[in-house]
Amino acid sequence: MASRMAAAADTEVQIITGNQAMALAAKRCRVQVVAAYPITPQSQVTETLSEYVAAGELDAEYVNVESEHSALSVCIGASSVGARAFTATSANGLAYMCEPLHWAAGARLPIVLGCVNRAMAAPWSVLNDQQDSMSQRDAGWIQIFARNNQEIFDTAVQAFKIAQTVSVPVMVCYDGYLLSHTVMPVDVPSQEAVDTFLPPYTPHTILDPADPRNLNQVTLADPRENEKGVLCHGYMELRYLLEEALEQARDTIIAVDEEYAAAFGRSCGGMLWTYRSEDAEVLLVAAGSLASEASVAVDALRADGCKAGVIGVRAYRPFPKQELIEATAPAARVLVFDKSLSYGNEGPICGDVKAALYGSGSHPAVHGYIAGLGGRDVRAAELAEAVRRDAAKGAVAPTEWINCRI
Amino acid sequence: MSYFSSTSPGGICEIRWHGRGGQGAITSAKYLAEAAYRAGFRGVTSQPSFGAERRGAPVTASTRLSPEPLRTFCRVERPDVVIVLDETLLDCADATDGLEDGGWLVVNSPCEPGAIAADGRFSVATADATAVAAECGLVVAGAIMVNTAMLGAVARATGLVELTHIEETLRDKFPEAIATRNIEAARAAFERTRL
Repeated sequence: MASRMAAAADTEVQIITGNQAMALAAKRCRVQVVAAYPITPQSQVTETLSEYVAAGELDAEYVNVESEHSALSVCIGASSVGARAFTATSANGLAYMCEPLHWAAGARLPIVLGCVNRAMAAPWSVLNDQQDSMSQRDAGWIQIFARNNQEIFDTAVQAFKIAQTVSVPVMVCYDGYLLSHTVMPVDVPSQEAVDTFLPPYTPHTILDPADPRNLNQVTLADPRENEKGVLCHGYMELRYLLEEALEQARDTIIAVDEEYAAAFGRSCGGMLWTYRSEDAEVLLVAAGSLASEASVAVDALRADGCKAGVIGVRAYRPFPKQELIEATAPAARVLVFDKSLSYGNEGPICGDVKAALYGSGSHPAVHGYIAGLGGRDVRAAELAEAVRRDAAKGAVAPTEWINCRI
Repeated sequence: MSYFSSTSPGGICEIRWHGRGGQGAITSAKYLAEAAYRAGFRGVTSQPSFGAERRGAPVTASTRLSPEPLRTFCRVERPDVVIVLDETLLDCADATDGLEDGGWLVVNSPCEPGAIAADGRFSVATADATAVAAECGLVVAGAIMVNTAMLGAVARATGLVELTHIEETLRDKFPEAIATRNIEAARAAFERTRL
């Protein structure tokens, strides 16, 4: 039972885990269908939601399924008939959703998925890194990282609004155990306040037995007329529109965060957040709780006279290209800390940062670091030490692994 | 205060709990975080040691307290306070590993603090939480639940929170009759803590 302490008039502070924050956000967003399969460290999200449903606190259909593939497929069906649908998973569970992940995005269904970031097997690990969601970055979903439990709640509420505004599903990513199992204070807005912020979901197309139609039928290479003689898009046009929606989602992500700040007094930063970056000569870039840890390293570096700052990647897809160009403008060096790998290349965020800066006129040295795979602890002191060592590197340097004892 | 050590950045107090699976170390680590929020700390976190846990085996949990919201979530390696729910863990789990100079070791033990083997770098407090909990009827399926009594001992030894903050937290957690027994245990342990 979470503790409830009065804060402002229509909010209360609860000392809760990241998983509880996610479940509570889904409840506040009045999800109508929940389908999930248990997997560590996500299980507490759907356990909590099932308790809400069983207690009559949440008027939702809780669908027990035999796999993650079915969990997301149920959400696809639910969303197609006009219900607000939610699921959550981790690691191999997300991998098992791979096929319906692409389907949900292609069908333009505003499903929200809580991805509690965990290392991929083999070998088995239940502990944290970000390989699971990174490996699904090209599925056509919006991916947003949270850096603490408050941001998990706030981002989840925002995610439902973003998803239904642009008709693209949203994955809310947060670090397993480090956030999912750690309690911290979360300011929880009232049901009435969230109802005012988040309008009901109005589907773009509805699957209705009384009005039969084909949804996502076989689509050929070129546009062709449907049975009513209406010229319809080919596959390529539909893909163009999905990409256009992801690109346009930048404005929506920023606008929804601004609306949220106006309503609740807290901003998550829009596409990215920064910490002491305005005059920074060296910038640390990371996503999720690792970026939060980096802000502690920056305090130590600043105390030693090193002008350091942090860029926290919040939206990973769409990628915050323009914001990165602007935020890195004063820096001579950019260190990117990835909790995952694009094997045979480098950390995925590092590669994306380099690509974003190419041709922008901003040419800091960008150096990649791999940290915290499979639950390996990452301390602020190690990040600060990496920054000090980095000063000796040239413009181009191989990826360095932090605290890898090989 | 000595337990806001210079090695913990930003005036963070770091606390590590040692217990055996089923004793409630993880739960009381959370309760302490809540009590500290009631005491005015704005940054409070509590986390279990990550990985597999099983009944009877040594487990650890941690609590961090700070005047400002916390931005660090890594493992606690240099605690300012170590709380031990089972005295045998002092030897087999190396419970005082990394404990800061000038910190506190709070042990569930019937012995005087001087009888706890320590090298003088930190202060030692003891409370017979097992006896207190048994007197208060905190027995679940034959196991004596010492964790809430230990919260009283921690309040007495470290002064991080007041008894009232613990009482408010426990009242929020349990039905009234059970809350009352746990609060009695915390109060009694507070009174009977030896420094």
